[in-house]
Amino acid sequence: MKFRVIILTAMSALFRNKMRTLLTALGLIIGVAAVIVSVGMGNGAKAQVMAQIASMGDNVILVFAGSVNRGGMTSGSGGAGTLTVDDAMALERDVPSLELVSPGATGGSRVAAGNQNWSTKIYGASPEYFDIRRWTFTQGGPFTDRDVKTSAKVCVIGNTVATQLFGEPELSLGQTIRIKKVPFTVIGLLGVKGADARGQDQDDTVVMPYTSAMKRVMGTKTLSIINVSAVKGANIPSVVQQMTDVLSQRHHIGGDRDADFKVLSQEEIAQMATATSKIMGLLLTIVASVSLIIGGIGIMNIMLVSVTERTREIGIRMAIGARGSDILLQFFIEAITLSCLGGLTGIAFGLGSAQLVSKFAGMPVLITSGPILLAFGVSVAVGVTFGFYPAIKASSLDPIEALRYE
Amino acid sequence: MDAIIKLDHLEKTYQSAETPVRAVRSVSLEIERGDFVAIMGTSGSGKSTMMNILGCLDRPTGGTYLLDGVDVSHLSRNEFADVRNRKIGFVFQNFNLLARTSALDNVQLPMLYNHSGSKLSARQQQDKAMQMLEMVGIGKRSDHTPSQLSGGQQQRVAIARSLINDPVLLLADEPTGNLDTRTSFDILGIFQRLNDQGITVIMVTHENDVANFAKRIIVMRDGKVRSDVKVPQRSFADIELKKLEAEKDDDDS
Repeated sequence: MKFRVIILTAMSALFRNKMRTLLTALGLIIGVAAVIVSVGMGNGAKAQVMAQIASMGDNVILVFAGSVNRGGMTSGSGGAGTLTVDDAMALERDVPSLELVSPGATGGSRVAAGNQNWSTKIYGASPEYFDIRRWTFTQGGPFTDRDVKTSAKVCVIGNTVATQLFGEPELSLGQTIRIKKVPFTVIGLLGVKGADARGQDQDDTVVMPYTSAMKRVMGTKTLSIINVSAVKGANIPSVVQQMTDVLSQRHHIGGDRDADFKVLSQEEIAQMATATSKIMGLLLTIVASVSLIIGGIGIMNIMLVSVTERTREIGIRMAIGARGSDILLQFFIEAITLSCLGGLTGIAFGLGSAQLVSKFAGMPVLITSGPILLAFGVSVAVGVTFGFYPAIKASSLDPIEALRYE
Repeated sequence: MDAIIKLDHLEKTYQSAETPVRAVRSVSLEIERGDFVAIMGTSGSGKSTMMNILGCLDRPTGGTYLLDGVDVSHLSRNEFADVRNRKIGFVFQNFNLLARTSALDNVQLPMLYNHSGSKLSARQQQDKAMQMLEMVGIGKRSDHTPSQLSGGQQQRVAIARSLINDPVLLLADEPTGNLDTRTSFDILGIFQRLNDQGITVIMVTHENDVANFAKRIIVMRDGKVRSDVKVPQRSFADIELKKLEAEKDDDDS
């Protein structure tokens, strides 16, 4: 029996019961669409995070002041107050593969210019910070080591802050802004970076020499963060280990004393940021797989009904010379055609839904050919798996019995 | 004359729960090429079982069955299917056409299952099916589905289908059972015409009137052949149809 005829026969059998075919394939359609949307959303979120992390710079390693447990009280992260400028110096001196080191002090404050004011993040850093984190300047430029030494009252501001304070960001250069009543001169306007991996606006910041930030704004003697970049091609895990060793020694960590700092490489930050979306993606994939299996059982169910309904037809075909294998192939192809149609509809449906999700829910969706092929492959496999038994059942009917069937 | 069918002590026993049922008991007979045989008998006489075995739908439990010189008593399921496809044409009481399928496609169906022999192109298959439909007189309705056709027309389609693979044997199981007298005569006329062209026809019926259209009548009872005679006064479809017309005129006047 010619293949073309088998396909046509299967098609006409399926189109004869349009509603039933649609309902049967629905499980599969939803399953395939769910796989495509869920994997697409997972990939989209991941790609977004990866892009944001890449925007941090190359080979970036961050040292955070950790929490510390004193007499049963656990301070929040960064509250340890143990990270010092000397630590940063020690890292620069003792870890050979480090290229740039920037001590950092972070805090929040209200900044004012004229009659405008805005609450933002104050970031104290050394000039190296701009290289490590790949900041560009729209106007002006960074402060200098000399500014750091003199705790100069200068700062550079992000695009968001500039817009809030001056309306037009370009007007900010050379202006004076007041932070905790201290006037700072704006010497640079940072290039636009957008949101970071945690969704925070990176342009909503004021960067100044860390000495100025510590002394004039925050009134602290300790650092909250050290930004570091390793030399190109450095073995990052080993650099992280070396940094941890240096700091552990300086902080007398060991035995039952927990580390009061945390060294995180870019990669570790990426892993942390994508962990949640990975779990979500896994859950969605499980749900999608379950619906694919249920879709398959639906196909088997309706194929069994179809075999019973068409017992007489099978009898006729056998009487005029159809072999068991002809009948087997007919029903098998019908099941596979059904599942392929379901799969293709599901793909169309999934792609459409993905568009809607990214458009209306504002979630990034990244569609690659992989999940589409996978979903289609799975739906064909479902057709093969669940179409086989009904086909076998049809092919093993006795022609005499089948002809007598009413 | 060479025999198209040769049965030698054919047996068919059904193994039921306790007592085995001997549906066909040691039947030996020959049917010659070009013959037109009616098999008669009441229900339970074994004629249906006989028909199933002759049609290679069922296997005998004993004896041998030579069809067209080949022993088909012990063929496999697939070989059976191939024999049915190429050597036998079936015509059933209830027509057994595929619903929602055009007459032309119904007629072409057996060619789809032709696993060996000459393969015709799709075009040639269609032409041949069309010829068959024209031969049984319903070429104009080739695109009609069975539900759009009368009983007689459906039976004509079924006959066209049975002939499509050039069988050596036409098996008709109560072919006129669901038809009125006039249509029955039409159908029997087609069988007689085909028989005249050399096709062997075996027809199962329980009506004497119908059996008289054949050349030979085999009566079965309790699984055995009770009588096997030449039809003394054969009916011919064209004559019977004319008689019918005359009767009708009488009724009308």
